[in-house]
Amino acid sequence: MTIRVVKPGLFTTIQDLGRYGYAHLGISSGGAADSLSFRIANRLVGNDDNTPALEMTLLGATLEFEETAIVAITGAHCECKVSTPLHGANGRGGDAGPAQLPANTACELPARTVLECGSMSRGARCYLAIQGGFETPLVMGSASTFVTGHFGGFQGRNLQKGDILRVRQQSSLRRRALRPGALEWLRAPQALRVTKGPQQEWFAPEAFEQLLSTAYVVSEHSDRRGVRLNGAALRPPTRSELLTEGVPLGAIQVPQDGQPIILLVDQQTTGGYPKIANVIAADLHRVGQLRPRDEVRFVEVSMPEAVQALAEQEHWLEDIFDS
Amino acid sequence: METSRDSPGGGSNISFCGFANDLKAVSCKAVLYSEFPLMKLIAASDSSLLIVFGDVMSPALHARVMSLFFALRRRNDPRIRNLHPAYASLLIDFDPLRLTHDELSSLVQQLAPAQDASALDRPANIVTIPVCYDVEFGPDLLEVARHAGLSPEEVVRLHSSPTYLVSFLGFSPGFAYLGGLPEALHTLRLATPRPLVASGSVGIAGSQTGIYPSDSPGGWRLIGRTPWRMFDPQAASPTRLQPGDSVKFSPIDRVTFDALQRGAEAQLR
Repeated sequence: MTIRVVKPGLFTTIQDLGRYGYAHLGISSGGAADSLSFRIANRLVGNDDNTPALEMTLLGATLEFEETAIVAITGAHCECKVSTPLHGANGRGGDAGPAQLPANTACELPARTVLECGSMSRGARCYLAIQGGFETPLVMGSASTFVTGHFGGFQGRNLQKGDILRVRQQSSLRRRALRPGALEWLRAPQALRVTKGPQQEWFAPEAFEQLLSTAYVVSEHSDRRGVRLNGAALRPPTRSELLTEGVPLGAIQVPQDGQPIILLVDQQTTGGYPKIANVIAADLHRVGQLRPRDEVRFVEVSMPEAVQALAEQEHWLEDIFDS
Repeated sequence: METSRDSPGGGSNISFCGFANDLKAVSCKAVLYSEFPLMKLIAASDSSLLIVFGDVMSPALHARVMSLFFALRRRNDPRIRNLHPAYASLLIDFDPLRLTHDELSSLVQQLAPAQDASALDRPANIVTIPVCYDVEFGPDLLEVARHAGLSPEEVVRLHSSPTYLVSFLGFSPGFAYLGGLPEALHTLRLATPRPLVASGSVGIAGSQTGIYPSDSPGGWRLIGRTPWRMFDPQAASPTRLQPGDSVKFSPIDRVTFDALQRGAEAQLR
């Protein structure tokens, strides 16, 4: 079964949970920028967590489904309209125009349905999972699109008008439903939790305090490689330059202009800027949902608290499904 | 998104700083995880441990990075997701729900090399890369020669004589930082990076040389080009070079370059 891309949206790619074991070759993990929403979408339609799905950014795609399909949309708020041959496609089907596709719910779409995902609010990225998953050749063990390197996903690039996506059909999978209100807290603004970075002591003592007390604004120049922040400049360390070293996901690095950058999934694997802090693993999904002009605050937690938060998030994820 | 000041994408040259031999002088308890003779273990994030052997480029420090890197690779531990070796450090990315900083620290202490470690516990892989040093491919060759006070021919001879060491790969998939550039060729990077450098271009910056594996912006001085494809995501071994490999450059003329390039393209089909 296939899906035709009627409109690609702003930046739509096939992703999974990432490509591991190649960082020593300069290849970052990639994968869904908000892996939590990605996994929830897959679980709703009955897929394994790592099944290839679509990541849409700020403005969603319009897709035509050749055959019946079961889909779920998660992540940022996004108005999604469905037009089926039975109602609404030509405005004269007897219904009051296209129907809304509810978010965070597995829905069955009849053959020939056109799904139109609009612009997003409260978050930057939506995930569209389809039962069975998108059929994509694995590159280095992953279906993730790495656009900078032109590999993975659909021909190594973001989707274009007219692309035909293949779907693996698997009718044995069982849909699942979320408990009502289970995801409400997800999109509520919350300070990003950080641990101290490896060069935190290189900065003047006030710098870390300043990082924690400043309201930063997300820059337009942000993407899957990193989220750039604007705010009162942090004074870079007076100490001599850092010898290039490996950089972890979520690192908050401070270049010479003092404006922090949070490294995201398509990050470079090594870097030479000092890192003052690191977003905890349990909050990386929030980084993937930051939109230009969003306000960002940071709060410090200890290393055990960070690991505890991740363990709790995993338990929560097991707990939110009704069926 | 530039993340490194010495990366081939742009930015300024890296400067060298003296490594503090006094390893006891560490002030930040919150960041430092633990400290052993000859290495520091730093919890860089909740999911990673940074092993720092020093803060200068040196073959001895790099040998210790490689020794630990290969020891960890051999273990093939599913709890370890990624290894990021660099000049004098190794970042270990792991699954924090299956492995703790403590457990990983113990493992690293077990595996960490002695002071005189060499990375030779692995067959030395020597890769000879053909490079055409024609000015068409090396637009900065004459400037590098002028800066060094040498003829372009001498620059080519100097660049293609040493055996280089792959310090690590970073900046972009397959980009190998090669150490061992003759001092006479040390040259500052371009003040303004080029918006597009063709894949295969051979550049130098500071004390390093490297090959751009794919088309990308670049601030290194370009002196030649290889017809080889340095990065192929579909290949079983996606990069031509691996950390710890030895590299030699073999000068070729334009006719050979074209023939080899046709061969490389034919292989792709």
